[in-house]
Amino acid sequence: MPAPVITAQKLTKKYGDFTAVDGIDFEVAPGESFGLLGPNGAGKSTTMRMVGAVSTRTSGDLQILGLDPNDHGPDIRSQLGVVPQQDNLDQELRVRDNLLVYGRYFGLPRSVIAERADALLEFAQLADRTKAKVDDLSGGMKRRLTIARALINEPRILLLDEPTTGLDPQARHILWDRLFRLKEQGTTLVLTTHYMDEAEQLCDRLVVVDKGRIMAEGSPAALIREYSSKEVLEVRFGSDKNAEAAEKLKGIGERLEVLPDRILVYSANGEAELERITHLGLEPITSLVRRSSLEDVFLRLTGRSLIE
Amino acid sequence: MTSTHTPRTPDREDARRALAAGSAPRRFGSWYIAEHRIRAMKGYAGDAIFQSFGNPLIYLFALGVGLASLVPQGVGGVSYLQFVAPALMASAAMTVTANETSYPILLGFKWNPIFFGMNASPITGAQIVNGMFIHIALRTVVTVAIYCGIIALFGAITSPLGWLAIFAAAATGLAIGAAISSYTSTITEDKGQMAMLQRFGITPLFLFSGTFFPLEQLPPFLQPIGWISPLWHGTELGRVLTYGMDEPAWLTATHVGHLVVLFAVGLWATRRHFTRRLDK
Repeated sequence: MPAPVITAQKLTKKYGDFTAVDGIDFEVAPGESFGLLGPNGAGKSTTMRMVGAVSTRTSGDLQILGLDPNDHGPDIRSQLGVVPQQDNLDQELRVRDNLLVYGRYFGLPRSVIAERADALLEFAQLADRTKAKVDDLSGGMKRRLTIARALINEPRILLLDEPTTGLDPQARHILWDRLFRLKEQGTTLVLTTHYMDEAEQLCDRLVVVDKGRIMAEGSPAALIREYSSKEVLEVRFGSDKNAEAAEKLKGIGERLEVLPDRILVYSANGEAELERITHLGLEPITSLVRRSSLEDVFLRLTGRSLIE
Repeated sequence: MTSTHTPRTPDREDARRALAAGSAPRRFGSWYIAEHRIRAMKGYAGDAIFQSFGNPLIYLFALGVGLASLVPQGVGGVSYLQFVAPALMASAAMTVTANETSYPILLGFKWNPIFFGMNASPITGAQIVNGMFIHIALRTVVTVAIYCGIIALFGAITSPLGWLAIFAAAATGLAIGAAISSYTSTITEDKGQMAMLQRFGITPLFLFSGTFFPLEQLPPFLQPIGWISPLWHGTELGRVLTYGMDEPAWLTATHVGHLVVLFAVGLWATRRHFTRRLDK
C-alpha cells in the first residue's frame, strides 16, 4: 500500500484557552478524496490551514508528503493547491493575470505558466473571460478561477475549504463536475463541507468533526449503515403537538428523533412505519419517506443538526 | 511560517520532489512578489506617472520660483531653490512610500486578502514584505531620480556628487515606509488610523523637519522633533550631497545611521507582524 500523503496524529490547535482542534488522528492515501464534515466552528478550517502548512500546530504530529510543515512549509506548499473558504483572488489583476502571477510564486517558468493558464481557463470554463476584471465575475466563476489558480502548479494534493458555500445549485453542480474530473485524474482531494450532499458526491471517505474532535470515520455509505437506518420517515403533527405525538410513537421504528418541527422515525421500511402510525389513529399533517443521509449520521452522533 | 530548512535526504520520492520544487521559491520568492507588485501597478500607473513628473514641477515652481522671490538672500549661503530642493526630493520619496505602506497593507490582509493567497503558495510572510519593499524601493528611486533630473534642470544641483541625493532621498522614504508598515501591518480594524497617520505623522514631519526653513528657526523646545525625524536627517544628507552644505562628518554619519537603523528595525518588525498574522 502506498504511503499516506497526509498523516495527522493527536493534531491539536489552541488559541489561548480555546481548543479549535482537539487531538485528531487521520490519514489520507494518495489519490483519495477525503472529507471533513461538520458544522461551522467544528475546527475544519483550522485543520485545513495546518494541513496547508500555514498554521503552526500547538501539539501532535503532522506529516505532509513525509515532511513536517514546521520545518518544510514552503516545500510542502509547492505541492499543494489551496481553495480557501474566502476567495482571495487579486482584484487588481485581470482573470488570466491572476493565474500568471500565481504561477510565478512557485518559481515556474513563464512559458510553462502561460500554457497551463490557457488550459486551466478552458477547464474552468472561463476561456472567454480571460481579460475580465475579477470583480465582474459571478460567485461561481470566481470559485472556478480560484480552483484554476490552485491547479497552476499541478498539485499533488488539492485542499478545498467549503468549496461551494454561497453558490447557487447550478454553479455547485458545475464545480462538482470539475472536481470529479480532477479526482478521476488521480489528484488527492481534501475538502471540508457542511453540506451532506457534497460530502456524499465527492468523498471516498470522510470524518465527521464536531467541537474539534472526530466523531466517526468511514465512507459515506458505511457511516450511514453504521449510524443510521436504511430509510427515514419524517412526520409532522404541528409544532405544538409533536412532543405529544412522539409519546404515542414509542416503539415505532428502530429509533425516534424528535425535532422542534418534525419527528424522524428511523427504520428499514419507512412506508410500513407510516402505516403503523395511521393504525394508531394518529394523522400526521405531512409525511415523507426518504433514504438516510449523512445529516442523520451527524444528528445521531452529536444530537444536533449540521446547518443550524 | 518559518523558512528554516533542515538539510536531510528524505526517503520518499514525493518528499524529494517537494524539496526540489520548494528550492526556487525559497531563494527567489521575494523577487516573485516584487514582480507581482510591479504588474499590479498597471491599475494606478496614471497616478504614479503624474506623481513622478507633475509634483516636482508644481512644487519647484511654487516654492523654488514663487516663494524664493520672497527670500532673495537665500538660506545659509545658497539660493532658496537650492535649499528647498533636497527637502522636496526626500518628501516626494516619503509620499510614495507612505502611500505604498498604508492602504495596500490593510487591503492585502483585509479587504482583498491576497497576502493569505500568496502565503498558501511557497511564499513566506517575510518574503511578501521583502518583495513589497523591493518594489517600493524601485518605485521610489525612479520617482526621486525624475525629481532630481528636474531639479538639475532648474540649476539647483551644484555638487558633482549631487546625483547621490537620489539615494539619500530614497533611503529616507524607505526608512519612513518601514516604520509605517510596522504599524499598518498590525491594524485589524480600519478605524480611520490612516487619516490620523497622515494628519499627525506625515504632515507634521513634512512641515517641521527643516523642509522649508532651517531647523534652528524653530523654538529650541521644538527642535528635537527634527532630530528624531527621518525626513530631517534625509533632507540634511541631501543638502550635503547637492550643494555641499557644511556640517561635521559625525553629523552626516548620524544621518545615514538614523535612516539605516529605522529601516532595519521597521523591516524586521513588519516581517515579524506579517509572519505572525498569516500563521493563524
